[in-house]
Amino acid sequence: MMIFDRCIKLAGGKRFFKHFLAICCLLMPVALSAGENLEEESEFDAAAMIMHHIGDSYEYSILSFTNGRGEKIKVSLPLPVIIWHKGQLKVFMSSSFKGGDELVPIGDDYLRLYHEKVYLTDASGAINHDESQSVLNAQPINLSITKNVASMMLSCLIMLAIFIPAARRYSRKGALVAPKGAQSIVEPIVLFVRDDIIRAQIDKDKADRFTPFLLTIFLFILINNILGLIPFFPGGANASGNISFTLTLAAFTFILTNISGSKHYWKDVFVVPGTPLPIKLLLVPIEFIGLFTKPFALMLRLFANITAGHIIVLSLISIIFVMKTIFVAPVSVFLSIMIYCLEFLVSFLQAYIFTLLSSLFIGLAVNEHH
Amino acid sequence: MEQISFTALGLGLIIIGVSLGIGKIGQAAMEAMARQPEIASKIQTAMIIIAALIEGAGLFALVLAWLVN
Amino acid sequence: MGILTPDPGLVFWTSLSFITLLLIMKRYAWKPILRSLKLREERITFSLRDAELAREEMVKMEETRRQMMEKARLERDGLIREARALKDEIVQEAKLAAQNEASKIMEKAREQINRERKAAIADIRNQVGLLSLDIAEKILREEMHSAEKQQSVMEKYLKNVEFN
Repeated sequence: MMIFDRCIKLAGGKRFFKHFLAICCLLMPVALSAGENLEEESEFDAAAMIMHHIGDSYEYSILSFTNGRGEKIKVSLPLPVIIWHKGQLKVFMSSSFKGGDELVPIGDDYLRLYHEKVYLTDASGAINHDESQSVLNAQPINLSITKNVASMMLSCLIMLAIFIPAARRYSRKGALVAPKGAQSIVEPIVLFVRDDIIRAQIDKDKADRFTPFLLTIFLFILINNILGLIPFFPGGANASGNISFTLTLAAFTFILTNISGSKHYWKDVFVVPGTPLPIKLLLVPIEFIGLFTKPFALMLRLFANITAGHIIVLSLISIIFVMKTIFVAPVSVFLSIMIYCLEFLVSFLQAYIFTLLSSLFIGLAVNEHH
Repeated sequence: MEQISFTALGLGLIIIGVSLGIGKIGQAAMEAMARQPEIASKIQTAMIIIAALIEGAGLFALVLAWLVN
Repeated sequence: MGILTPDPGLVFWTSLSFITLLLIMKRYAWKPILRSLKLREERITFSLRDAELAREEMVKMEETRRQMMEKARLERDGLIREARALKDEIVQEAKLAAQNEASKIMEKAREQINRERKAAIADIRNQVGLLSLDIAEKILREEMHSAEKQQSVMEKYLKNVEFN
């Protein structure tokens, strides 16, 4: 909640208002030129733009604009595509697709990039659709370093770069000197997660076993959330708003909860002591389904919160292009700044809630019954 | 006029329900905190957990709506 | 629908990076940090307990000091009282002794004086006796020069004897 207070403090006062006006002035020409260009082009499709932004991509776009001669220039970082097909591993840069225009041969088949997905095609590169417009072509086993993967790896590097020097200082100087540098960020976070989240939910003698996992998951989610909020190059990937990401983390929590579950925990699930038989018949399936719904809710919560935040920000910006007028720009920029503040809070809150609920589930599984 | 989407209607109803639920939790938690400020942090944790559970129910409904659509 | 379908490639990379991150962080970051924090926690607990013990020790020492002071004070008081008593006693004794001595001396002096007086009285008596004898002799010699004088005296005395 402290962060929120800070946001409010930051937002209060005249200085903020001045900054806001400055940002609006800066953005005006950009929005203006964008509007002009769009008038020449086809109808602006906000939904497609939003879906493109929250989805994954095989390249990391840095900048795209239309130059003086009316040519569209796209500056992007190509990322490696890794395809495993029929016992053959093929690694190449995504620039080989030329944005979907070129086919890349693999064995007897060809790969084609179509709507940010790689499909197997024949030499003609035909994509077949069924009646409901879903693609019928097969997808190869695809282990590409996509935009989300790259962003995730960046977040790992950021985490290592912050925490390992701090940890080295701890092991060099011991815990009895005042924290300095990175330690001053690390220590409150670690203490907060350990004392207020983990130890509050898990019995103290068992809590230490889960602390590294929960600390890692907290920071991994937090850093990915914040990276996703950065609108330009090294960020903006929406990794933590991707269902695969949240699914994986929720699966880790699920596995850890169930492999460390005590006898009591399993008894509560499959025997439900202290209830008559008919109720047992009713309760056991509910409890059993509950095992899966808990991590499922974890997965969806993080996904939905982060994705919804991105969608709102992008929608607010899209209003300018949909209305094709510059005069809504201050309103939508102001609103999106507000949503950004809220999203910054949410990125902490969701990391906190994911960790809190994970430790709650682990606590339910391992705690002694009192 | 396009076809009326019942899914959209359902989504709206879900949001109303979930918001009401979370609002009630917030109300109760605030009252409890005002009454007993010394255990405010415990109440807050419990509030967040329950709010998260309700939100979970809402999310299930949202996903179902999405899948049905 | 599209964004709700998990992508196996992303799941793979997320798992891989998360597990790698977890292992590296556990080994190189969490272990030293958590150990140090635990050490500090224990240190603080110990320090607090030590402080508590020291405080108790202080209280105990203070109590001991107080008791000792009290004892010393009592002792001092006792000593003073004793000394005062002793002084009184000594003074008393000395007074008594002095009185005794004085009275003894007085007695002696009185005796001496008495004796001297008696001696003096006896001496004076002797002297007076001798003097009176002398005088009497001289008178007698003067008186008894003539026979008739001797005669008249004789007769006078004899007369007195007769009357007796």
